[in-house]
Amino acid sequence: MGIRFILMVNKQGQTRLAQYYEYLTLEERRALEGEIVRKCLARTEQQCSFVEHRNYKIVYRRYASLFFLVGVDNDENELAILEFIHLLVETMDRHFGNVCELDIMFHLEKAHFMLEEMVMNGCIVETSKSNILMPIQLMDKTS
Amino acid sequence: MSGPSIMETLFQRTLEDLIKGIRLQLIGESAFISKAMEEIRKEIKSTDLQTKSIALQKLSYLSPLHFVDMSWAAFHCIECMSSPRFAQKRIGYVAVSQSFNEHTPVLLLITNQLRKDLGSVNEFDAGLALDCLANIATVDLARDLTPEVFTLLGSSKVSVRKKAIGVILRVFEKYPDAVRVCFKRLVENLDSPDSRILSAAVGVFCELASRDPRSYLPLAPEFYRVLVDSKNNWVLIKVLKIFAKLAPLESRLAKRVVEPICDHMRRTGAKSLMFECIRTVVSSLSEYESALKLAVLKIRELLMDEDPNLKYLGLHALSIVAPKHLWVVLENKEVVIKSLSDSDSNIKFESLRLVMAVVSESNVVEISRVLLNYALKSDPEFCNVILGSILSACSRNVYEMVMDFDWYVLLLGEMSRIPQCQKGEDIENQLIDIGMRVRDARPELIRMARSLLIDPALLGNPFLYRILCAAAWVCGEYVEYSTNPFELVEALLQPRTSLLPPLIRAVYLQSVLKVLTFCIHSYLRNKSSGLFPFTDNLEGVVSESMSKGKTQEASDLPTPAQDDVFNPRISDDNPYEDLPLENNGEDSKFDSFEKNGFTRESIVNLLNLIELAVKPLLGSLEVEILERAQNVLGLIELIRQEFPDQLSPRKEILAKEESEVSKLIRSMNDAFCEELGPVSVTAQDRVRVPEGLVLEENLKELDTICGDIQPSTSSFFAPRYGERIEESLASDLQNGEDSEPSRESTSLLIEHRKRHGLYYLPSSASNDYPLANDLRSGENDRDETEDFVRLTAQSLAPKKKPNYSKPRPVVVKLDEGEVTLSVASKKPSSKYDLLSGVIQDVLQETNLMDKSSRKGKEKVSSDVPQGSKENVQDPEDPRREKSGLRKSKHRSHGKERKHKDPDQVDGKKDGKSERAREKSSHRHGRKKTRQRAEGPLNVSAQTPVIPDFLL
Repeated sequence: MGIRFILMVNKQGQTRLAQYYEYLTLEERRALEGEIVRKCLARTEQQCSFVEHRNYKIVYRRYASLFFLVGVDNDENELAILEFIHLLVETMDRHFGNVCELDIMFHLEKAHFMLEEMVMNGCIVETSKSNILMPIQLMDKTS
Repeated sequence: MSGPSIMETLFQRTLEDLIKGIRLQLIGESAFISKAMEEIRKEIKSTDLQTKSIALQKLSYLSPLHFVDMSWAAFHCIECMSSPRFAQKRIGYVAVSQSFNEHTPVLLLITNQLRKDLGSVNEFDAGLALDCLANIATVDLARDLTPEVFTLLGSSKVSVRKKAIGVILRVFEKYPDAVRVCFKRLVENLDSPDSRILSAAVGVFCELASRDPRSYLPLAPEFYRVLVDSKNNWVLIKVLKIFAKLAPLESRLAKRVVEPICDHMRRTGAKSLMFECIRTVVSSLSEYESALKLAVLKIRELLMDEDPNLKYLGLHALSIVAPKHLWVVLENKEVVIKSLSDSDSNIKFESLRLVMAVVSESNVVEISRVLLNYALKSDPEFCNVILGSILSACSRNVYEMVMDFDWYVLLLGEMSRIPQCQKGEDIENQLIDIGMRVRDARPELIRMARSLLIDPALLGNPFLYRILCAAAWVCGEYVEYSTNPFELVEALLQPRTSLLPPLIRAVYLQSVLKVLTFCIHSYLRNKSSGLFPFTDNLEGVVSESMSKGKTQEASDLPTPAQDDVFNPRISDDNPYEDLPLENNGEDSKFDSFEKNGFTRESIVNLLNLIELAVKPLLGSLEVEILERAQNVLGLIELIRQEFPDQLSPRKEILAKEESEVSKLIRSMNDAFCEELGPVSVTAQDRVRVPEGLVLEENLKELDTICGDIQPSTSSFFAPRYGERIEESLASDLQNGEDSEPSRESTSLLIEHRKRHGLYYLPSSASNDYPLANDLRSGENDRDETEDFVRLTAQSLAPKKKPNYSKPRPVVVKLDEGEVTLSVASKKPSSKYDLLSGVIQDVLQETNLMDKSSRKGKEKVSSDVPQGSKENVQDPEDPRREKSGLRKSKHRSHGKERKHKDPDQVDGKKDGKSERAREKSSHRHGRKKTRQRAEGPLNVSAQTPVIPDFLL
């Protein structure tokens, strides 16, 4: 499976984006997000960015007020996932220009679109920023 | 619903309005959202697709972020999905991917729409459909759309082809037969010059290989080429993961890849790739010394890094390598032990895991000491994790690691006194278990129990109740090792025991009864045996334990003062003061024993004390307490008849020596002296089923279901009729006394044992306990980290046999040499088995059919003459095809369990399930033989594929 879910959560613990690659019911999602947010937001900058949770790992990284949390299988490469998070942020940055929480809130569908280009079925399939952004730019142009 | 009014469409709130509204709302978020939901429900029914799609867009925004149910809108999703306008179509697809699952009733309706979009000339339509399929594909969808996906696998548009590759994983998972159609094309994509396609394909193979590596061994040449040629770190990481799975299966392959991997490790600047190389080497290639050394060097760099992420990963890599190459951990022990006090709990846990990995019988004492000191300093959570891991490490395999049980019992006592300790239940179980299993530990056990019991402060801590319960039980059960039973009674009845929960208090009372019986018995025995009071077995035990260096402690006790406490009413008048003196004259060696005071006076004091403390409990509402209190008081009542008042002359008592009471006491004591032993987990199996009792046949199925639930040995008790009975019987005979009742009871017991002896321990086993001596190794209580490091430096050094001053005491084990309950082996789910079966088939065909065309292009195998390969494979072919045929026949049976690895299955299967299997239908039997036949075949059929690449 590789990546199981990707969450973006702000400092107050509100979910800003949630993308799951396995089916969970709403209740399961709510419980999961609650647990994870409680676990990860309590950690300090000096602590490492990997948290073991249930039978998988969460790799997370904080950018300003937003936490990017990625749930991965135990044998996934943690550093690569950190790079993936960074790539995602850079891509959004290139598209929105100085991306911030509000951009993601108001353009959630674009953020999802980027993720769709980058990840399929929990596998990372695209790592080039221009390739990821190409369809979005086309869409913007036509609409 | 009327048609869409123009007003509705004009004044519909857009998603942006909704988001702004949520941010600015004044009525509370949930109220605002439920209002918005009302709107959405209305709007979504609109016949205008634009209105509908915006409503759906809002719904799919709210659903994941505010946990709003959207399953009711499934049909609306489908409507939007089929819109000709891309924007609306996209909204529909997003909603479908988000909300559909296998149980969505309208799922079947989307097959055609998906097919249409998959075949669309517009690459974005196809992309949407593929994304959607990747999220929601079910068995039906996967089966129906396999042809379309297959077409797209060869698409000339890179973005579509890439997504088609991504979707394949889900399709294979749901519909294994798709492999027959798509696998060849998927493999061809590994040759693609486009890095995006390659990266997607490698990602898919990485996932596939992690589930069933063996099937992908034939593809090793392709992966090898990627490993050598690719410059993309993402791809390299995935390929390394594949090799980590394949290398252990094929040593020639491992030999081949170890060099390129080391090259990457040396050259790369990317930490992620370097770490993946390290992980691959330590997990799968650790037998290659040079590679391992390089990896260890890199691990050290990670450990020394400031970045907590790298440090954590360094520790993680160590824990992978630890089971096979302990020396790597030992080399880095300073870092590991220092990390125990890291501010990051993840790092602490990881280093604790490592420390536990190096524990052995030679260093368990030192490591436990170090860990206990860390536990004292840590937060409650980590403290208990530390305690838990010490407890489980030491008790592993029936205390395999513990050489010195006196030390271990003291350690348990020390743990109990740590304020944050919440491991009461574990410690309780171990105390009782050790009491039953290790005879030599009992004196120390009772000393430790005593020190816990007499401390009134401990009764205030609810986490300790379970431990106190065990301590009370130990005191009652092994009272003969006690130096001062009176003190025990006093501790068991102290006023603060009212804080205990009723059931534990009941244990306390039961122990009082046992101690009382023991005291009276010893007193009577003492009297009756006249001039030779110490030939008696029981007292012999006491005196023996006294001579083991405990005399000092015992004589330190201010016994007379204790007596005062026992019963202040009589203490000032003591007519039997001369009694101890008389015995003193007899033998000064037993001085302290007499101070214990099995004197008439002290017994009377004891009775008074117990009566005083237990009487109020008759008002208890708890049955257990009430009943036990009644027992104790009833016994005292009986004894009182023999001790009418304290002033009665001694002769009278001697005359009444053989009265009812002494008989009673003797038999009670005998009963209490039966040793409780651990019971074998398999004991139940050895009981024959009585005739006429029909056990439900169906229950056998439980074995497969509950196979992994193992009852813990420590929680079963049963009386063990050891040599003690026989000894007491013998001594009774020796003494030539009339011991009718006791003989009666013991003979009954012996008879019982004869009948059920099958599953009791042989009595001879307990006869040869070596005597433990009390040499205590000096304890170390330095508590600076540096000291620990130095300390462990000695202990971690791999020495073979520790020099212990005493032999390890016998630990009673029951299940040695027997078949332990087999834990049902974890079988990969049948789905993957099916998948791997098909893949093996397909690979076989591929290799036969287009080997010449495909391999010809490859550099790696180009120097290999094709003929040789054909020769190697030819003999296998007919059999392979047959097995493939049979396999497909089998698949038609649906979701039957199919075991991939016959060795594993045969090896681990326990008798019962085998029997069950034999009983089951004929088809099963046939299947098994097929598996047997196929097992070696697989290996022999696959291995020839690789050699030509390796040579």
